[in-house]
Amino acid sequence: MVYIFKNFFITWKQILKGDKWYYAWLGFLSIFIVLGIAAYVQQVNRGMIETAMRDQVSWGFYISNFTFLVGVAAAAVYLVVPAYVYNFKPIKEIVLFGELLAVTAIIMCILFILVDMGRPERVWHLLPIVGAMNFPRSLLAWDVIVLNGYLAINLIISFYVLYRTAHDKEYNMQIIKPLIIISIPWAISIHTVTAFLYNGLPSRPFWNAAVLAPRFIASALCSGPALMLIIFQIIRKVSRIDIDNRAIHKIGELIAYAMGVNLFLFAAEFFKEFYSGSVHLAPMKYLYFGLHGHANLVPWMWPALLFNITAFFLFLLPKTREHPFGLNLACILVITGVYIEKGMGLIVPGFIPGTLGEIYEYTPTMLEKVITVGIWAGGAMIYTFLLKFAMPIHTGELRFVSEASEKTE
Amino acid sequence: MEMNNKRKNCRPRKISRRGFIQGTALGLASLAIPVGSADASVWEAFFQKHFREMNDDEKKAVIKRMEKEYSERYGRDLTIKTTNAEPGVLFGYGLDLSRCIGCRRCVYACVRENNQSRDPQIHWISVLEFEKGEKWINDLEGSDKYYNPDEVPEDGFFYMPVQCQQCENPPCVRACPTQATWKEPDGIVVIDYNWCIGCRYCMAACPYGARRFNWGHPRIARSELNTETHYLGNRPRSVGVVEKCTFCIQRTRGENGRYPACVEICPVGARKFGNLLDPDSEIRYIIENKRVFRLKEDLNTFPKFYYFFAT
Repeated sequence: MVYIFKNFFITWKQILKGDKWYYAWLGFLSIFIVLGIAAYVQQVNRGMIETAMRDQVSWGFYISNFTFLVGVAAAAVYLVVPAYVYNFKPIKEIVLFGELLAVTAIIMCILFILVDMGRPERVWHLLPIVGAMNFPRSLLAWDVIVLNGYLAINLIISFYVLYRTAHDKEYNMQIIKPLIIISIPWAISIHTVTAFLYNGLPSRPFWNAAVLAPRFIASALCSGPALMLIIFQIIRKVSRIDIDNRAIHKIGELIAYAMGVNLFLFAAEFFKEFYSGSVHLAPMKYLYFGLHGHANLVPWMWPALLFNITAFFLFLLPKTREHPFGLNLACILVITGVYIEKGMGLIVPGFIPGTLGEIYEYTPTMLEKVITVGIWAGGAMIYTFLLKFAMPIHTGELRFVSEASEKTE
Repeated sequence: MEMNNKRKNCRPRKISRRGFIQGTALGLASLAIPVGSADASVWEAFFQKHFREMNDDEKKAVIKRMEKEYSERYGRDLTIKTTNAEPGVLFGYGLDLSRCIGCRRCVYACVRENNQSRDPQIHWISVLEFEKGEKWINDLEGSDKYYNPDEVPEDGFFYMPVQCQQCENPPCVRACPTQATWKEPDGIVVIDYNWCIGCRYCMAACPYGARRFNWGHPRIARSELNTETHYLGNRPRSVGVVEKCTFCIQRTRGENGRYPACVEICPVGARKFGNLLDPDSEIRYIIENKRVFRLKEDLNTFPKFYYFFAT
């Protein structure tokens, strides 16, 4: 029993102690977190009228960020498959950090949903038994289940592995293998269900297209791994962990294929809408050319498309993807491109034109932006803590104490 | 005058940096208040059950607490009914497009009857203006909700009011993750405002733009409050929940049922209301004898709201 407290203390010491750069980074994030909390308090007090959302466009920046982050979370599977299924060693060594990123992304998703709720204190109404979860009819109920399930799976896998390693013991593959196998379709499911959530609404023709879920997955397999590539390079710099270049280049190559599929599906959608030119073309027209003089998103959508196409070639050609500059440029382009395309570029046109034909241009207010940045900073802090704890365990610098370990000393 | 306000309301409020910081500071300060002033009723409200899971005693207790809360908030006594649906009744609505003159009296009668917020303004009925000879029901983009001439009807235009269509197969009910909205046995789609979490998925799901969200704290002048209310209908709402037309459930249900406020006020008699299960009702006569259609029938929502042409 005493060792539990000792190890608990070791964990906290590890998280809270660092050099001045570590504290500077935490301090930097704290500023945005505090501002975000303050802005959220204001939103709770005055109501969501402080946002730019209205009855016409009833979901906005928060749900856009949520959608993007579901993709990031799902993308951990891109590491899990080569690591565990194909036993590709260079990736197997870093899969843990992908799982921790999934954990962080899901926590951020939940925060984005919470700040978007008009009555967050009633969130327990969503639960089965104590609440009145509308399962299986409501896709939002499905989403609650798959997202929390995915969070649990990744938490269990990563913390079990960390716990065993911290005790200098090999982890038992028999225990985690079933979870890893479940986690693969589950990752696909969080994305599919989130896509279906929009997809299943015949009131919104822009979302009511069968290509939505496949495109969701294709674009998720671009943005998530690209974010991981940048994080891996940082980990390599700040810790003793050696991340094999082969792993990084392999992931880069996989992003190219996913982006290829994403661009193809986009082209299919673009063709169908513009060539057939029915009434349901309106949202697509709003996105890329503007509708009746309303064109807020046009200056975002074309660069996003350009970024995605450029990144596709940068990742596809071995010469550019194996060059540090080419690789990182491609990563940034993909993350930005998909963030626009699958964030605001997906949510807002669902509401423009509205179901009664009204056009309401939505641009997030300062308050929405501050809250959003606050959640991103919070996510960065959570991931920093997770890494601060996991990295030294991974390298063998940090170990827990137990009766056996104290005896040997 | 009110028409102009409406246009203004849909624009986001611009916040200056200074105002933002001030508001933030105020917001932080007020966080401490609810903890200090919490009394039993706050917790009772928090743990209140879903309306359909309450027994009669629990309903009575809840109504008593709410009546007290409302009288504190508005300084007036108010009654909350929970009248159930009558067997053999399925409400249906008819709207005569050949008569409607676009005067919006229905819009404001509805606001007064149903205690919609006056600031920010909430309207359950939207009247769309269409140019004659242009596209309309399948491409509503050409419609204008904010028409504002000196006099209606305008030459060369016609009007189509839209409100909750009380679908037999309501997409909003399917969407709601907490079952806070459902279809009653008499066909009215209602919301338990104390169970709604404000996720607004129903608003995304509704093909008729019928659902309204309380973006800000609703405000109604004390003198304008309608004190005859129904739990599932026109009792005052709070911030952060969705609301919608209930066919004036507080009026239409029960022994001495009255017409909805919009039917009563219509100066040209364009609005009809009745029991779809009663073969002798006016609504049945209209469906059987006039040229009727329902909005967006291709979505298979089966509205109980029939548009027709009497002349």
